Amino acid sequence: MAVIAVLLVAWWLIVVETRSVIFPTPWQVVTGAAELIKDGTLFTHIGASLMRVGIGFSLAVLFAVPLGLWLGWVKGAYSTLNPLFQILRPISPIAWIPIAILWFGVGNASPIYLIFISSVFPMIVQTTAGVHTIERRYLRAAENFGVSRYTLFRRVVIPAVLPQIIVGMRIGLGVAWLVVVAAEMIALRSGLGYLIIDSRNAGNRYDLVIAGMIIIGLIGLLLDGVMRLLEGLKSVRWRYAR
Amino acid sequence: MRAKIEVNGIRKGFASNGGELLVVEDVSLTVGDGEFVAIVGPSGCGKTTLMNMVAGFVQPDAGTILIDGAPRSGPNAKGILISQQGSIFPWLTVQQNLMFGLNDHPQADKKGVADHYAAMVGLMGFEGSYPHELSGGMLKRAELARAFAVKPEILYMDEPFSALDALTNLRMRNELLRILEEERHTVMLITHDVEEAIHLADRIMVLSPRPTRIQAIFKVDLPHPRKLTSPEVQELRVAILHELGVDRNAD
Repeated sequence: MAVIAVLLVAWWLIVVETRSVIFPTPWQVVTGAAELIKDGTLFTHIGASLMRVGIGFSLAVLFAVPLGLWLGWVKGAYSTLNPLFQILRPISPIAWIPIAILWFGVGNASPIYLIFISSVFPMIVQTTAGVHTIERRYLRAAENFGVSRYTLFRRVVIPAVLPQIIVGMRIGLGVAWLVVVAAEMIALRSGLGYLIIDSRNAGNRYDLVIAGMIIIGLIGLLLDGVMRLLEGLKSVRWRYAR
Repeated sequence: MRAKIEVNGIRKGFASNGGELLVVEDVSLTVGDGEFVAIVGPSGCGKTTLMNMVAGFVQPDAGTILIDGAPRSGPNAKGILISQQGSIFPWLTVQQNLMFGLNDHPQADKKGVADHYAAMVGLMGFEGSYPHELSGGMLKRAELARAFAVKPEILYMDEPFSALDALTNLRMRNELLRILEEERHTVMLITHDVEEAIHLADRIMVLSPRPTRIQAIFKVDLPHPRKLTSPEVQELRVAILHELGVDRNAD
């Protein structure tokens, strides 16, 4: 908190001292944000961005978790598909933008696809690693009690991997939020990314650019906080509480 | 006494640096129905490998293992392994852990069985707790209760209490003896603690260093409850330690 206060003061002083006409003071950013709140556009933009992240991220979870479990459990699947994922994973989601536009046009589907592609890999990797690190003593115990395959998965494998899945979801959601803003800078008429680019293009409103950036940061923090709540679940605490 | 476990000439080696490290060499033993057999040996002698083979987790290279006269295939709920590290699932509550192996019971029954065994090991009131909220001794109790709940005929115990402090260790032994009075199981216990073996077992087998074989067998002909300070116990202890090659003054 003290650090943030010092930075704000320094920012203010530098803008005043350099007599910048284009770079706003913190107060101008606040009034700019207030303007956006008053005419209601801010919440439209936030809602649009969150909706895209919500859909893309949910699809990624639904795809990555079962696939990660399968890859972790079936040795052949891992050795066949893992090299492919390792090649796809380091490709920046931004590099997918032209292809996304080609496939999905300039509507909502493109950013949703980009969010999907950027958050799916960390979650696959974490889930698979989670299966690989299940301690043998637990699998042996399950084998010893002779439980069905269904019980083995429901009672042992999935709960054992759940803490890792949550870590993957945290990483995935963080990346998704990064990407949605970048994706919205291209050819969309709503969202926080659009707000930033549009504010610059429409008369160098840098107060709104910075207001948009700060709001993105705050919402990102909030989303991570929600994911952290999952880490507090009693059935996964064994993994984190050390 | 009918033989519950018959081990005939089993042998097990592991590949190491191009060669083969022979861990268990030609071990044969018999455990009677309802008998408590302890196996003691120097650390690293292959006790755990021997146990894993008898419990069905590892296949021997040679030899046969018969349970109730039938060749042992894989592990099953007829014989439950309790290991040093324990395997209580940390993501399940105590009650869910105790219900884990109860496949064929209706849900209401499972709770009843779980609560019965929780009470038996003194975990009443902790059914809803998660393992990380329990002490090491309570975890062992939960582990015993989970094993007893499936009514196994055999308990395979691989240094079950060696990670506990001395006081808890002693308490758990007494607890185990009390439960075994109620539900007579065949027990195969592996330990490096000679006193623990004498305290609990009907017979004690001493293993040689690796590659291991059975070096000596002692019968513990003392009624329960055993007084660990009695001269008979001390005499037996000295004899076993001598067999293990430990100087009588050292331990």
